[in-house]
Amino acid sequence: MKLKVAVIIPCFNEQDNIINVIDDILNNMPENEDWQAIAVNDCSTDETFVKLQADGRAVILDLPCNSGVGTAVQTGFRYAWENNFDFALKFDGDGQHRADYIPTLLEVLKNDQADFAVGSRFVGNCKQGFKSTSLRRVGIKFFQILIKFVSGYTPSDPTSGFRAYNRKALKFATRYYPNFDYPEPEELVLMKKNNFRIKDVFTEMRERQGGVSSISLPKAIYYMFKVGFAIFMVASRSKEKDFSL
Amino acid sequence: MKIQIISIIGSLIFTFFILELIRRKKLKEAYALIWVVMSIFFLILACWVEGLVFISKLIGIVYAPATLFLVLLITVILILIQFSVIISGQVDKIKKLTQELALLKEQVSKLQKK
Repeated sequence: MKLKVAVIIPCFNEQDNIINVIDDILNNMPENEDWQAIAVNDCSTDETFVKLQADGRAVILDLPCNSGVGTAVQTGFRYAWENNFDFALKFDGDGQHRADYIPTLLEVLKNDQADFAVGSRFVGNCKQGFKSTSLRRVGIKFFQILIKFVSGYTPSDPTSGFRAYNRKALKFATRYYPNFDYPEPEELVLMKKNNFRIKDVFTEMRERQGGVSSISLPKAIYYMFKVGFAIFMVASRSKEKDFSL
Repeated sequence: MKIQIISIIGSLIFTFFILELIRRKKLKEAYALIWVVMSIFFLILACWVEGLVFISKLIGIVYAPATLFLVLLITVILILIQFSVIISGQVDKIKKLTQELALLKEQVSKLQKK
């Protein structure tokens, strides 16, 4: 039996990147594993869906209305859970994440060192690769302090969306996942709170390959408030009864 | 006296309007409770003029009509909070339906290919 890995790619208007992303994933797949690209189209207004259909290699989950990245990713989780995948990964549709690091992320799950692995630009050998814009770095610092304050865990790269889940973490995420845009920092608190073992793993990242980043300054400030508030709310809740470890 | 007649008529119209909406199934009973309570409250106050002064004195408000505004404001705020709660619940339901639909669409297209 080959190991089944679901690589979930939420995409909104990624017509320029999406096929390259799928290429990148499938080119890095080891022979003894079965990686399935799962593209969740969050109602793109460009040619993303047409390109995915013509390409045909990815499973396409097509959301009928634009619902935000959280809902999109969770749809992928549900697909992966229902179709008995051993591991699931969240992988950005804009080409920032590098599929050659997927095995590194999976490694800590296979060794049972963690339930949930976070690809991080800032641990260990951190001189390589693209480090992010200064605006994003301010956000990263802000969330690091906040998350440490509420959960005691200092994430090295709290806004990274490159994450891997084992079956237990996957099951939890099908049920509990932050709904709206920018779910990453909140998810860390949620997972920590529910006793999942989190491990930061060094991964290089690229700059966006095309398209426009969704974050401008006013939006960034709004998100810092919104997500910061959500983090406090998550921290104040008790553990989820049905799925916690 | 004139104002009392006007307020009784006004309150009656309001009460009937709310009840009629429920009767015609334009308004769900569960969401109409606050409205019904509010309309009955205003009907009582319209009939019983000294009541407003009595309640105002009871809670220490000198200017009686201010009590009316206070009650009105509190009711409206409660109704708005109820709306926010309902909307949040609906967001969750819409999310689930959206996801379910996307998963079903995928299954259908897989079956069609076979």
